[in-house]
Amino acid sequence: MTEHVSLLLGRLGPDALPFYSWVAFSGALVTLAGGVGFLAVVTWLGQWRALWTGWLTSVDHKRIGIMYIVLALVMLVRGFVDAIMMRLQQALSYNSDGYLPPEHFEQIFSSHGTIMIFFMAMPFMTGLLNYIIPLQIGARDVAFPVLNAISFWLTAAGAGLMLISLVIGRFSTAGWTGYPPYSGVEFTPGVGVDYWIWSIMVSGVGTTMTGINFVVTILRKRAPGMLLMRMPMFTWTGLCSSILIIFAFPALTVATGMLALDRTLGMHFFTNDAGGNMMNYMNLFWIWGHPEVYILILPAFGIFSEVVATFSSKRLFGYPSLVYATAVIAILSFTVWLHHFFTMGASANVNAVFGIATMVIAVPTGVKVFDWLFTMFRGRIRFEPPMLYTIGFMCLFVIGGMSGVLLAIPPINYSTHNTTFLVAHFHNMVIPGVLFGYLAGYMYWFPKAFGFHLDPTWGARSFWFWLIGFLLAFMPLYLLGLMGMPRRMETYGNAEWQPLLIVAFIGACLILMGIVCLVIQLWVSIKYRRALRDTTGDPWDGRTLEWSMPSPPPEWNFDAVPVVTTRDAFHEAKYSGTPMKSVPQPGTLHVPRNSVVGPCMGFGGFCVGFGAVWFIWWLALAGLAVAVGALIGRAFVQNTEREVAPDLGAKTT
Amino acid sequence: MIAASDAVEEQIDSETEFGFWLYLMSDAVLFSLIFATFAVMSTNLAGGPGGADLFDIKNLAVQTGLLLISSLTIALAHHAAVGGHVARAAVWLVVTCILGAGFLVLEVRELTEFVVKGAGPDRSGYLSAFFTLVGTHGLHVTAGLIWALTLIVQTTLTQPGPRLLSRLSRLTLFWHFLDIVWIGVFSLVYLPEFL
Repeated sequence: MTEHVSLLLGRLGPDALPFYSWVAFSGALVTLAGGVGFLAVVTWLGQWRALWTGWLTSVDHKRIGIMYIVLALVMLVRGFVDAIMMRLQQALSYNSDGYLPPEHFEQIFSSHGTIMIFFMAMPFMTGLLNYIIPLQIGARDVAFPVLNAISFWLTAAGAGLMLISLVIGRFSTAGWTGYPPYSGVEFTPGVGVDYWIWSIMVSGVGTTMTGINFVVTILRKRAPGMLLMRMPMFTWTGLCSSILIIFAFPALTVATGMLALDRTLGMHFFTNDAGGNMMNYMNLFWIWGHPEVYILILPAFGIFSEVVATFSSKRLFGYPSLVYATAVIAILSFTVWLHHFFTMGASANVNAVFGIATMVIAVPTGVKVFDWLFTMFRGRIRFEPPMLYTIGFMCLFVIGGMSGVLLAIPPINYSTHNTTFLVAHFHNMVIPGVLFGYLAGYMYWFPKAFGFHLDPTWGARSFWFWLIGFLLAFMPLYLLGLMGMPRRMETYGNAEWQPLLIVAFIGACLILMGIVCLVIQLWVSIKYRRALRDTTGDPWDGRTLEWSMPSPPPEWNFDAVPVVTTRDAFHEAKYSGTPMKSVPQPGTLHVPRNSVVGPCMGFGGFCVGFGAVWFIWWLALAGLAVAVGALIGRAFVQNTEREVAPDLGAKTT
Repeated sequence: MIAASDAVEEQIDSETEFGFWLYLMSDAVLFSLIFATFAVMSTNLAGGPGGADLFDIKNLAVQTGLLLISSLTIALAHHAAVGGHVARAAVWLVVTCILGAGFLVLEVRELTEFVVKGAGPDRSGYLSAFFTLVGTHGLHVTAGLIWALTLIVQTTLTQPGPRLLSRLSRLTLFWHFLDIVWIGVFSLVYLPEFL
């Protein structure tokens, strides 16, 4: 525990390099090669200026949205590599050590969860919200464009800390939830848990600001006539999700902040001695953690609602019930956090209350599933890839929902707690529920963002690989859980488990094929983009406002802001033959200028995190100074907008 | 045209203000969770000193007095700025900063004293929660001071306008919010020890 801490480099020394395992070392090399390769390609193409002015300093919500999604897809690959490595280890390690040292295996399951939740799902969701919501509500931008860029850069800084933990030092071995006392400094010294804490704390600040930004955007920047009950479902779910972010993320900040204080300053929030109370961590963490599940899944529900209506060529069935179900889920999400630790030893009555509350959430969720089914009923269904993912979701999600209701019963929970049954359950919710939703959204809105389709054949292939791969990978885990297999086993001695674990590994291989198909789809689509071009701006016969504009939309979004008179107003106007009215526009519009504040804040946030992880305090202070300086500097910038003239012969509907 | 741009400015203002209220709500959740943690840990002394052994009522009274008066002076600054008296507003802001800095000096002195006495945040769960709660409030006050200093510089350097006024009104809101949090600290952390 007495480590050497130097003034210049903190506790950073040569032993931080990943020579402890050849697998970790190759991972570090791949990460480095990826980073250096990216820089080299940009330099070779001479695109630094274009990258800087067009993307990195951009405050255009559409550009920021795309950067978020690129980040998410990169992290999806990294998180998946972790997953398949775990599956391979468990397929091999019956009565043997497998190929991974125990400590490295623990890092892998910790980083897999952390990456998938914080740096894959969150950026994917935020990216889609960013790109689509202003277009759906008829706004020219989000309420706070520069704040939006800051949010993105803080998220990127957190992801950067996450990635660099593979090269310099080690990552946490305490799982993605970081429970004390194990995650305390007494049992887990070193930098791993600190990397975990600071990467999610830095990105969490960005997420909180995203929540604020989108609540204001949705409530204040809607086009005239876009009443709340005329908003598209994706916007509604984005609103509920943003409200949850505002109220839930402080709990994550508090929980991880206190853990950091325990670890760094020797405090006693969650320690075993000196008046610490580790149960308090579980409460704080899951007061954030359970709403987080809904923060992720509600927007996916919104995407499914858009997709199912569009591809069934029907109006969404039961729109008001979907809105109310969303709102009810959002409220109930704050009342169930204790079901994550029924076994903690609260009284039977407390457990019963939280068990019932958990089961109650299944009701509004069930309402939604029926609404989607009835939307499809007697519709003219087109089986494009987004619709395939939606149908796959409906089939699989119901299974996960039922296993969730089982887990909500405290006595059953006692026997399945910490088993792979739980792992199967929550993957059953987040892969079909969250990831399929985002992939459906990615394929649905891609033509809007880039002006050409994604190849549907490779999209369908990716779907089938994901679907079958998912079933093979996770259904065995349900069985294994019921057979009593604990989660996070690096090695085991029960011969009965191995065949099922091999099946699960095969499932992971099929999912790998699904990811490969996604990559090929992107590549093929870019290659044949001329043939796949969308010239109409409305390739799917869409219903909502984003389809009323050209693909890709101009920087200022709407040449003329439309006046909304009904739900699905664009669809009505299209079929009644009377174009939508629009607000008379002045000749020139104002769009925000680029700003370096975002990259500065991201750089500062990264330095704060890296400094705090390694006890390089001058670096942390310098990072803080850069971030605060950037904010103060921003307050002195006078000329934040430039004029554009929208009427360059662009079409208006 | 002027009327139209005023309307745009006003809309932006109302969005910023609404966003700031949302931020305050988020911050209120943050503080309430720290308060809740403090309440849970208030008896976890681990054989160390408790509040009754440590707190000095005089220091507390002066600290609270400084912060409450600063809430008045920042309101006066805002009032002056609304009336267009920029110089007067700047003076009241300077007074606010002095009072706020005084509060911080007393707070830092008190906390340092505790650490020297061996009652630092690593002594017990109770003291961890105490230092974190008071420290988080203190950090917010520090941020408010930096903000106020920035505004003072801006009132002297740049043309006063609606944006500056909007910033001042949000700072005022922030400052009052910190006052309310302090009243919570006063009544839940300090006061019970003197009763």
